[in-house]
Amino acid sequence: MSGERCLHRSSDTRHPSSIYMNRIHKLFESKKNRVLSIYFTAGFPALEDTLPIMEAIQAGGADIIEIGVPYSDPIADGPTIQDSNMIALENGISLKKLFNQLAGFREKITLPVVLMGYLNPIMQYGMEAFCKKCQEVGVDGLILPDLPMQQYLDDYKLLFEEYGLVNTFLISPQTSEKRILEIDQHSNGFIYMVSSHGVTGAKTGITEEQITYFKRVQAMKLKNSRLIGFGISDSETFSKASEYSNGAIIGSAFIKTVKNSKNLSEDIQAYIQTVIK
Amino acid sequence: MIKVDEKGFYGKFGGAYIPEMLHPNIEELKDNYESIMASKEFQDEFRGLLKDYVGRPTPLYFASRLSEKYGAKIYLKREDLCHTGAHKVNNTIGQIILAKKLGKKRIIAETGAGQHGVATATVCALMGMDCTVYMGEVDIARQHPNVERMKILGAKVVPATSGSKTLKDATNEAMRAWINDPVDTHYIIGSVVGPHPYPEMVARFQSVISEEMKWQLKEKEGRENPDIVIACVGGGSNAAGAFYHYYNTPEVRLVAAEAAGLGISSGKSAATTVLGTPGVLHGSKTILMQTEDGQVVEPHSISAGLDYPGIGPVHAHLFDIGRGEFVAVEDEDAMKSGIELSRLEGIIPAIETAHAIYALNLIEYSKDDVIVINLSGRGDKDLDTYIKWGNY
Ligand SMILES: Cc1ncc(COP(=O)(O)O)c(C=O)c1O
Repeated sequence: MSGERCLHRSSDTRHPSSIYMNRIHKLFESKKNRVLSIYFTAGFPALEDTLPIMEAIQAGGADIIEIGVPYSDPIADGPTIQDSNMIALENGISLKKLFNQLAGFREKITLPVVLMGYLNPIMQYGMEAFCKKCQEVGVDGLILPDLPMQQYLDDYKLLFEEYGLVNTFLISPQTSEKRILEIDQHSNGFIYMVSSHGVTGAKTGITEEQITYFKRVQAMKLKNSRLIGFGISDSETFSKASEYSNGAIIGSAFIKTVKNSKNLSEDIQAYIQTVIK
Repeated sequence: MIKVDEKGFYGKFGGAYIPEMLHPNIEELKDNYESIMASKEFQDEFRGLLKDYVGRPTPLYFASRLSEKYGAKIYLKREDLCHTGAHKVNNTIGQIILAKKLGKKRIIAETGAGQHGVATATVCALMGMDCTVYMGEVDIARQHPNVERMKILGAKVVPATSGSKTLKDATNEAMRAWINDPVDTHYIIGSVVGPHPYPEMVARFQSVISEEMKWQLKEKEGRENPDIVIACVGGGSNAAGAFYHYYNTPEVRLVAAEAAGLGISSGKSAATTVLGTPGVLHGSKTILMQTEDGQVVEPHSISAGLDYPGIGPVHAHLFDIGRGEFVAVEDEDAMKSGIELSRLEGIIPAIETAHAIYALNLIEYSKDDVIVINLSGRGDKDLDTYIKWGNY
């Protein structure tokens, strides 16, 4: 990536406190357990649903909003999120349109907001322009599943910090202890624990094997908070995951809820209520 | 120097942009492939199978009638004579031995034309390993005989039903399958694409092509270097194999033929270097066809094996620094060249390969030039397409 491998100024001069105290840090400072993050795909089911969905997630009582930036080739996602990506793209969503939709959202939304997206659309937008825009509209963090730690450190760390964006890495049951420690060292918000082998998609239940893995990571006493994602779908799986972490992330199950919804606001709030009750 | 660096980059292109879930698999490969490949045990088995099972060395055939027609000394490197009918098997033999050494139990693969799928199913049968091949629904329809060949060989063929339902989507599905089942499974990628170390590893397995070309040319022409090497580029594995030992010999011109489909500006094309821009696809930074919003564009080519929106990072680099000459060949012209080679030399080429033949019409050379065209595969799998096209 030498084309973008530019060095950025130290972050201290422009945004003295932004990387240390954005909404994600504040949240985890005040709430240590049963943190609920909800993922949805921007521009789905309809192009202009992005903001109404965010408002409903907040009204329903979730803690973090994770906005998926649609991509034609989401290799870490299962059929439910793939379909929502395809439909959102057919609806005409793009990163540009998403940022237009997000302009001014901070007047209504106080929750931390994280963008989850694959690298390519962001690279085409321009990584620095993207970070700048994120900061401008009020995005707090990023989850870029196809940006590995080394590439992040080499190319983007300083840039993300300059714009006050918290980067979140994934770990999975395969991730070695050594690597988890490295990831913990390079994270400064939360770690996304993928619950099992696999791409996203609502599976049912949490197995003993998964609990062993949750406990193993819990015992490592990492400095960062941990949210468990992939396969969390209801109050039972949410509560179970929360026993071994700071909370959980719901994606595919939420997408199914909005997909079948006749009244987005009501259905989203009702769904979140059943999860956190 | 054209050489991959320790982070997997060829100049600006390459790297390993993969989800964390695949990190252990990719690390395992990266940490082991070079030492395994360098071991005598591996080399003995690999070389032995290439010789006795694949039928290597493949001939370097002087095509006299083709030479006469075009006014140059044209040789054909006969990868079409490899067992299973294309160069793809050089790579699958290498990777299956590697997979065994890594203790893997299951193989997955993606395929476009079905040639890589067949080559993978073949080596899995040979080694008694479980095999699942992902193939786009569109390709399953247009390459039906290869689907049946894979099944006869005992492989499971899983249709990829997302997106354009071709090679790109089959690759997505294979990557997802690997994420879902990472422990005992090895993913045999079929071209010089994917995250590092795949592009370099596949190129090394295919480099036997130019390794043989060198001594064969020495025998026939008294010199190891041709003036020009021509190969078609889908992901670019046959081209990488044919170019490999000439990368750093600047006097050898490297010509890569891409598929222009119905024409560069028709919206139905797979001419990546003409229409593409830098981006990340299937784990590496390369040149790919995409919208200005960074969505990957659905390509088109009459040949399923070239119907891919990207190229391997090494080819993006060759293009970027001007080391490679890239030409774009339309469906119609490729088909004509396929018929022409059949009539002039009695060789019905794969339609992918026919793109490389047509490149003779697009580049400059003189009558004393020695040109090697990498005849990547035979046309048996494409009979339906030839028949449908009909102009013969
Ligand atoms: C005969 C033949 N040539 C070329 C290709 C294109 O692949 P690559 O560019 O990796 O050589 C294929 C792919 O299926 C093929 O079957």
